[in-house]
Amino acid sequence: MGKYSNEELQQKSVKYRLAMLKYIKMAKAGHTGGDLSSTDILNVLYNDVLNVSPANFGDPNRDRYIQSKGHAVEALYVVLADQGFYPETDLETMCKYKSPYVGHPTRKVNGIEFNTGGLGHGLSICAGLALAAKKDKAPYRVFTLIGDGELAEGSNWEAGMMASHYELDNLVAVLDHNTLQITGKNADVCNPHPIDEKWKAFGWQVVTVNGHNIAELREILNNTPIEKGKPTFVIANTIKGKGVSFMEGEKKWHHGVPTDEEYETAIKELESELI
Amino acid sequence: MNIKDILITGKANLQAYCDTLLELAADDPNIIAVTSDSRESGKLTPFADKYPNQIVEVGIAEQNLVGVSAGLASTGKKVFTTSPGCFLATRSLEQVKNDVAYSDYPVNLIGISAGVSYGALGSTHHSLHDVAALRAINNMTIVVPADNFETKEAIKAAAVSPKPFYIKIGKKNMPHLHAENETFIIGKASTILEGADVAFIACGETVYPTVEAAQLLNKEGISARVISMHTIKPLDADVIIKAAKECKAFISVEEHSINGGLGEACASVILEAGLSVPFKRMGIPDEETVAGSQTEILEHYGISASGLSDEAKRLIKQLKHLTNEKYELK
Repeated sequence: MGKYSNEELQQKSVKYRLAMLKYIKMAKAGHTGGDLSSTDILNVLYNDVLNVSPANFGDPNRDRYIQSKGHAVEALYVVLADQGFYPETDLETMCKYKSPYVGHPTRKVNGIEFNTGGLGHGLSICAGLALAAKKDKAPYRVFTLIGDGELAEGSNWEAGMMASHYELDNLVAVLDHNTLQITGKNADVCNPHPIDEKWKAFGWQVVTVNGHNIAELREILNNTPIEKGKPTFVIANTIKGKGVSFMEGEKKWHHGVPTDEEYETAIKELESELI
Repeated sequence: MNIKDILITGKANLQAYCDTLLELAADDPNIIAVTSDSRESGKLTPFADKYPNQIVEVGIAEQNLVGVSAGLASTGKKVFTTSPGCFLATRSLEQVKNDVAYSDYPVNLIGISAGVSYGALGSTHHSLHDVAALRAINNMTIVVPADNFETKEAIKAAAVSPKPFYIKIGKKNMPHLHAENETFIIGKASTILEGADVAFIACGETVYPTVEAAQLLNKEGISARVISMHTIKPLDADVIIKAAKECKAFISVEEHSINGGLGEACASVILEAGLSVPFKRMGIPDEETVAGSQTEILEHYGISASGLSDEAKRLIKQLKHLTNEKYELK
């Protein structure tokens, strides 16, 4: 058991969701649906799994997290602020003129390793990082968060093939599988299924979890590699817009910004979950 | 340097690159070559044999090639990503833009067999667009070395630079245009020959035919300045402005499309400096490239001793016409 109980982490997720909605509302921009679907994964990674903090960010042996689905940056910004990388109030400038907190991750923001946002980039970068760790016999692990719509990018499969070839078992890809992308359901846009069998065929150890179950995420993400010599692909089944009932499972919230009324409703609903 | 000193043939710039990488790796375990099934065409087999832990093969997958390279570079590795220029520069352009340049990790992209080095293989294998594409990307240094010396110095500079590089090299044996003890600075052009009637601003493997053209012109009493503009970005504007002011005609020469390459870069500098000079971009025009060997293709488009000297004389005549003055050649 780490620093926090499951209940404490669940409460953190509620606070993160409240904060990201606040800053999305202020910025009048954000990828709300994917922020909310990936919140619990980021929460568990930063609070329970990654050996990453403001104090060790220059340490070559820190774990690496590269967010391939860069558009869910509001979730990452809020979690990094909570880790102490910068004051959360910095996010009041998000998407504003000359702010470093733009709509996709950049290294101008403390705690961010790579500038991402073009889809299908994270896994290759992570394969390079994981390979460097193997060559240097360094202890760090490498994590990426991939969107399910993003799986259509061929570069993921190039990297997937290579990662298993080099037996990069220090590499973990988490799929935020909320089943929706900007146009609609993944299966209708360009069917990525069967996702598990494809990654197994590419030589990965594949595991499926409930991406909103803190205990399940902790159990899996703290125990990789599942099989020595294989990278791990975690299919985290999630709900787009998770935590705000009228946003859940609705594609329009991919980058929807709530109206004043919707915002009040969403905040009340989330606040009711606070203990 | 005197023209008579130039005729000693060296090796291919590609070979100079690989030899330099071997030298660097002897003292530095952080030197890593990353290849896309390109170690043989990149002459990196001796490197792979000697330093098997310092070469990474990703297979024929250029997007992954560059992404992996960025990941490696972010840990402090000195990464030399080696792949044919035609594929490296633009098959993986978004990775170059985001993972390397925008993320600011010092990956050294080595575009081999560049330009029309693969001549007869056809346009799929020509890289006549790489400089144009990469010039538009912030934080990329672009070097097109002319000879073995410039290649070696560019590779050494890239190895210690904290910034990304694209270095474009061919595979033809190149004459030596520099003495081994000359100074080489990224962003500072090299003057190969002094002259005042016409200025040739060239890069890469086209510098040598420019020197040959200067020899022909010399016999006719026309003095030609030959500049090796090995660094396309950042561009040495001072040398361009000086040439535009001092010479009667200005000719850019490159193994690249005339669109977006060295010539247009020079033209921008000249115009923004408020100067005017009879000017010609010599390169590959905007048409389906003619079939042939590298030499045949370059000659077809006037990049040869006779083609370039003829162009110089035409421009000088144009100047006489424009100024309506009797212009006496020295």
